[in-house]
Amino acid sequence: MLKLLDGPQTLGRGKIFWSCFLAVLAGALIYPLFADSYDVGNFAYFLIWIFMALGLCLMWGYGGMLSFGQTFFFGIAGYGYGVLAINMGGGTATIAALVLSVIIAMIAAGILGYFMIWGGISGIFFGIVTLSATLVLAFFLGQTAGPEWHIGPARLNGFNGMKGMDPLTVGSFDIEGAALYYLMIALIVIVYVALRMLVNSSIGNVIVATRENPQRAEMLGYDVRKYQLLTFVIGSGLAGLSGALYTSWGQFITPSSIGLPAAAMPIVWVAFSGRNDLTATLVGSFLLLFGFQTITVYSQQAALVLMGVLLLATVMLAPQGFVLGIGKLVVDWWTRRRRRDEAPALADASRLQSDET
Amino acid sequence: MSAELFSLFYQFADVFAFLILSAAGLAIVFGMMGVINMAHGEFIMCGAYVTVGLVNLGVPLPIAQILAALTAGIIGMIVELLIVRRFYKRPLDSLLATWGLSLIVTQSMLLIVGSAVRGIGTPEGSFAIGGYTFSTYRLVLFGCAVAVLAGLYIIFMKTRFGVIARATMQNAAMAKALGARTGRIYSISFGIGTALAGLCGALYAPTMTLIPTMGATFVVESFVTVVIGGANVLLGTAPAAVFLAMIRMALNASYGQIIGQIGMLFAVILIIRVLPEGLSSVLVRRGR
Repeated sequence: MLKLLDGPQTLGRGKIFWSCFLAVLAGALIYPLFADSYDVGNFAYFLIWIFMALGLCLMWGYGGMLSFGQTFFFGIAGYGYGVLAINMGGGTATIAALVLSVIIAMIAAGILGYFMIWGGISGIFFGIVTLSATLVLAFFLGQTAGPEWHIGPARLNGFNGMKGMDPLTVGSFDIEGAALYYLMIALIVIVYVALRMLVNSSIGNVIVATRENPQRAEMLGYDVRKYQLLTFVIGSGLAGLSGALYTSWGQFITPSSIGLPAAAMPIVWVAFSGRNDLTATLVGSFLLLFGFQTITVYSQQAALVLMGVLLLATVMLAPQGFVLGIGKLVVDWWTRRRRRDEAPALADASRLQSDET
Repeated sequence: MSAELFSLFYQFADVFAFLILSAAGLAIVFGMMGVINMAHGEFIMCGAYVTVGLVNLGVPLPIAQILAALTAGIIGMIVELLIVRRFYKRPLDSLLATWGLSLIVTQSMLLIVGSAVRGIGTPEGSFAIGGYTFSTYRLVLFGCAVAVLAGLYIIFMKTRFGVIARATMQNAAMAKALGARTGRIYSISFGIGTALAGLCGALYAPTMTLIPTMGATFVVESFVTVVIGGANVLLGTAPAAVFLAMIRMALNASYGQIIGQIGMLFAVILIIRVLPEGLSSVLVRRGR
């Protein structure tokens, strides 16, 4: 199993990479001891969105399916968590609400994905059909202000959003502040490691083969549609995880976290970071969220304009992503220096470069 | 009886006009270049703002609307020159680039203009048939939608430009080898597409509140129409709009706007499962 952590589909391998990984993890773990609780809560907030970014990275970078519907599943699970947590009462039931809401999002992804993938939708149309579904959900939730829109005691509340659900709780212990932060860190490590293993496994190889050439993969005997559906369900489920955690974190969710411009954000993070690599997406999304939050304090519009500029700049200047590009430059520079020190050998330079799509 | 029939036709015409006007520009750009312009909604917004601005300056409404469409067309050609042109070989990247542009424009407008601008109000005028009253302007919109389709038919089927454009659409390399300036064709087509988007905004400007995010109101309808209509505007978009307008009209009448929109989306998702290549592929095959 552990062998799958390093493989052809992920950048970064060997002792140096994993030492860095552990150092960052250790830094993240001791961070709450030094920072004040407000900053810890803020950091937990950035980490919420990472799952959504990793899910999109899997679908788009590895599977070649550009989904604009991450916030669709984010919204389904976010509202799902709210409705379930209110209806099932607080306490430990909130954990069940979290799990169930993610499952609901995955079922929704399964249904939508079935129709699109079996209908042969790919490329551009995959994006605009998922975006249409996302916008329609946002419009629908936006007009549920009346008292007739409720599920049990849970009022949907239209544009003002749903509130009043309990945060994640075990027994009588609310998972908030530092506890929520540690939960996020644990979940991110699990998801990151699991995704690395997935993409380097034989399933992952088929997913990448499908991205490269669906027909060829099909000729080799794989039912590519099943692999695409699997990728779509996992990637969208991760967006659902973000949504449920978001509702639990702030105890509210509004339709504006589903519609435009929210729907564009995961695309910006992943495109800017480098969609072809999980690590680049992880690092880049975190940096962007941090920067975005810093600017939003002064002006949300300015922050969104900057996101638009970054997206445009990425596709015009570095279509593979900025973080990935810079990472590769550093690694190239490092290996070149080492090679000069160790006398020229026929090192396999290509192993550091991922496949260009 | 005839009053009820006319009422049905009126509701159909209303939805049909909305679908055609919002989708025509997007469909032209997609059909010619294979590019989906994610900033389509922003060109619609541009048309609406220019119209309202000119009317507030004292320009008569119809002239303001024509000028607004022209403005959107010219801006579109500039955008094509600076951005879209680089992405004809990378359609997915064109999606991202135009989406980035859309974010920049919407949010900058919010920063500069603020959230709401004083509207101009729907042109007066209504008529009554049987016990019902109807707004004349809605019928004008339907007339405009039909005129847009007729205009596109003439441009693409009856002019020299149309012949070259269709040749470019079928096989760009061959058309180029025969001396067609495909770059210029693309540029003009993109301009026509965004001018139609501007026209859509200009025509609907009197009927709705002007906010910088108003483009989002149109994009779902334009996307789904293009998705099931496919690449051909006349044989795809128009029948798709007729079909969707029927579904939408039936649902709107009994359940309201939002259920109409949801129902339309479900219909589209079902159709792409059954007819992966869109309606136009069926019609084109029949025609052969």
